[in-house]
Amino acid sequence: MTRKFVEGSEAIVEAAILAGCRFFAGYPMTPFTEVLDNMAAKMPEAGGVCINAESELEAIGMTWGALATGARAATGSVGQGLSLMQESFSEITRAELPLVVFNMARGQSDYYQSTRGGGHGDYFHIVLCPIDVHEAVEHVQLAFHLADLWRNPVQIYGDYLLAHTAEAVELERIAYGDLPPKDWALSGDLNGTGRSRNINSIGMFKGAKGIQPEQFWKRLQAKFEDIKIKEPRHEAEFLEDADYVVTAFGTTAKFVRHVVREMRAEGRRIGYIRPVTLWPFPSQAYIDCAKSARGIGVFELNGGQMIDDVRLSVLGAAPVEALGGISSDESGFGIGPLLNTETIRTILEEAYVRATGAKAMGAGR
Amino acid sequence: MTLIDTDRPPQVPAKEWRARKPALLIDGDHDLCPGCGEPIALRSLLEVIEEIGWADRALAAVGIGCYTALTGLLDVDMVQALHGRAPSLATGIKRMRPDRLVFTLQGDGDMVNEGLQEVLHSAARGEAITCVLLNNGVFGETGGHMTATTVLGQRTKNTLSGRDAKYHGHPISMTDLLTPLGGVSYVARGTVTTARDVEKTRRYLRRALEAQIAGAGFSFVEILTMCPTGWFIPVTEGPGYLNETIAPVFHTGEFKVEGMVQ
Amino acid sequence: MTRTVIARGTVTIDIELCKGCELCIPACPVDVLVMSEARNERGERYPLLKPGCTGCGACYYVCPDLCFAIYQYDKPLEIEVAA
Repeated sequence: MTRKFVEGSEAIVEAAILAGCRFFAGYPMTPFTEVLDNMAAKMPEAGGVCINAESELEAIGMTWGALATGARAATGSVGQGLSLMQESFSEITRAELPLVVFNMARGQSDYYQSTRGGGHGDYFHIVLCPIDVHEAVEHVQLAFHLADLWRNPVQIYGDYLLAHTAEAVELERIAYGDLPPKDWALSGDLNGTGRSRNINSIGMFKGAKGIQPEQFWKRLQAKFEDIKIKEPRHEAEFLEDADYVVTAFGTTAKFVRHVVREMRAEGRRIGYIRPVTLWPFPSQAYIDCAKSARGIGVFELNGGQMIDDVRLSVLGAAPVEALGGISSDESGFGIGPLLNTETIRTILEEAYVRATGAKAMGAGR
Repeated sequence: MTLIDTDRPPQVPAKEWRARKPALLIDGDHDLCPGCGEPIALRSLLEVIEEIGWADRALAAVGIGCYTALTGLLDVDMVQALHGRAPSLATGIKRMRPDRLVFTLQGDGDMVNEGLQEVLHSAARGEAITCVLLNNGVFGETGGHMTATTVLGQRTKNTLSGRDAKYHGHPISMTDLLTPLGGVSYVARGTVTTARDVEKTRRYLRRALEAQIAGAGFSFVEILTMCPTGWFIPVTEGPGYLNETIAPVFHTGEFKVEGMVQ
Repeated sequence: MTRTVIARGTVTIDIELCKGCELCIPACPVDVLVMSEARNERGERYPLLKPGCTGCGACYYVCPDLCFAIYQYDKPLEIEVAA
């Protein structure tokens, strides 16, 4: 048992190394920088390589090359840095490489960027969104497994709070199932046979002139449909008899969950859902609770992004309202005044009373 | 007129001195233009890789340009990069497989326009990769537009009266930029206009790859290639145009050998 | 009337690969390549070989379509041609 009291950034790096990650390239940017620092310190000790790239464009490029050799490789940044990497993300996804991305986002406004495939073309990243450092340690290892299983990138959507909060966590290697061998990885052994490899995003292969991308892209689309069936994950509490359901993602959800539990203890029939995968979005949980809940409140700290997925899931079966909003401190890194359990309690109380017609609790409850 | 049969190999004792194509090229039947210099350059590179005995250990990161259409025939394990990005992919490959011979194949639009930062930083870091630049002074694949290596006076679709320094600035020489960098061990530029030039270029390619194998750091060969289509001239005038217009600006030769400026 | 031409080598030419660029013609140092009148499947003229090849490989070096293979005879060949 290896129990360590570590900041999220360090825990993420330790988990990645446990999962066999042996290549990392990144560029410093707050609040991701400590992930890069930890990788620079620990990767060589683990026999791997960490490069401080000249920009995010090259960081993702180097990781792309490392992935092509069959290595477990990752990169990371914040939303702004991921913006620079989008063209490469699209190509890497459609070339079916198992990229892992650590997104220490500056808050919750990068939900669209992560879940809509922010670059060109039809593609999706699997997005795991941990609620705390403990879950992040599991998600990082799961990410490498799912990436190899599906030959598709997996993103960890973290944030400032996750990266900079210290928790005591178990740093143990989690064993997942067996994976097929990486026959597709470049090695040179097929050179000169007429069947050498071309890792590319449009279905090019050796011996052919010209490209036939349609078949290739349709097969990729079928893979995304399969992932949508098999990989959605969510956490839910108190849904069986909930009159009103609150939903939130990431570290913000820890505050919301705490408040929901408090309200339940005081007799409010309030429920809670947290998507653990932002993509594929766990629509079924929302479809089910919309059958009986009188309203769904989306508490997210942005201008309204996840709310689209909630609305698309329930398709009008229950009213969906935005409860959060843009909230930031002077740094702009996403820890704003709304991230406060008393404030959230007030908001959820008002929403609950509005939706259910219940009597408001007295002040100073 | 007496003609010699060129369908079959000779019927008298002879040795095959030059095979029609290298083993690492699946076919010579490609779709690049008549008179294009790129297949000549690529064929030379593949022959050299075979000659030095690294055919089964060569890996490539390929850029985007006309030469991308040749990748279906390039029988080497490769990854297709984005425009300008091949050096960073090659870096990742080599760091994970230092026992492999890793090269990039890029055009001037790819390397000197889009990807200038990549190649400079990879070179400065001394990444043990060999970057090969196919320089024809145009974006060929999109129909003949100006790049950072288009020479003054050269006509392209966006410099119809010839590149004018006042409006279009000056060309960039990769050998000038790479030679001074500490991480760089070998820099050369050749052409493919005559047999003698092709043989020199092959020698440069061999020395560049050998520098990588010796662990000496970054190596670079720029190959000036004909592009009669992108230059809007008859095919037969390609080599002459290259030698008269482009080669006087981009000098050939070895600029850095074993880390020493020549 | 005939005369003797010495050939030290020869070539094979895959005429179907030829795109008619004609770069081999001026490259040949002994001027033994000449373009055909006939056309290949692509509709292009292709090179024909007259006696006197030295097996130097210049054509092979400059051909963008990889049409040529070069042979060097063990012993020079004497070829009778029309004067």
